Amino acid sequence: MKIQLRFFAGVREALGVADEAVQLPDSVVTVGDVRSWLRARGGDWAETLAEGRSLRMACNHEMTGPGTRLTEGCEVAFFPPVTGG
Amino acid sequence: MTVKVQTEDFDLSTEAGALRRAHPEAGALACFVGVVRDLNQGVAVSEMELEHYPGMTEKSLEAIIGEARARWPIADALVIHRYGKLAPTDQIVLVAVATAHRGDAFAACEFIMDYLKTAAPFWKKETTAGGAHWVDARDTDTRALEKWAQTAAEPGADSRH
Repeated sequence: MKIQLRFFAGVREALGVADEAVQLPDSVVTVGDVRSWLRARGGDWAETLAEGRSLRMACNHEMTGPGTRLTEGCEVAFFPPVTGG
Repeated sequence: MTVKVQTEDFDLSTEAGALRRAHPEAGALACFVGVVRDLNQGVAVSEMELEHYPGMTEKSLEAIIGEARARWPIADALVIHRYGKLAPTDQIVLVAVATAHRGDAFAACEFIMDYLKTAAPFWKKETTAGGAHWVDARDTDTRALEKWAQTAAEPGADSRH
């Protein structure tokens, strides 16, 4: 499956990437799987996306949990807790 | 119901006036303006930069207004949120809610702000003498939502007095 990744604020700066199109292996089926799969890249990816780090996730512009299933072409975003207003 | 995400400043009188004139049935108009402070947790702030997630930002603000409409009889609501570079005393956000009576306007305005604080994808980066850093989310913002969970069963219950 092909999906679009987006990173914002401190997460974007830590990874040095704002967006990326990726081809996922068949074993990656949920938003949480994407996080684990990206962590396996090591280095800043392992640290920034580590379990226990305060991180929010969105799928197709909606805040979501790790269990949300991916769909072809969906947009998955990782970012810190929001601080607007 | 209007949502605007923009770099430009806004004029409170112009926005409030437009809402007022468009809704003669609304006897109450509550407006909240969020402003950049020159101090955050005791440290002087010289500049602030706001980043957001285009597309998701608008969608989440519309969803928050939709949630407020399900709880209170709202004639109209407006949210304007700025992004980009801002300085102390600059306006960041405007939430304006027009309703028949004041109780609903006050409550819905506060509800929209409380949800915006925890659900709309904006991030603040402050510049201080020590350099630029991302502002941490506050527990108090999450706790502010708890009162709405408790009052969910009786929207507008005290608004007719």
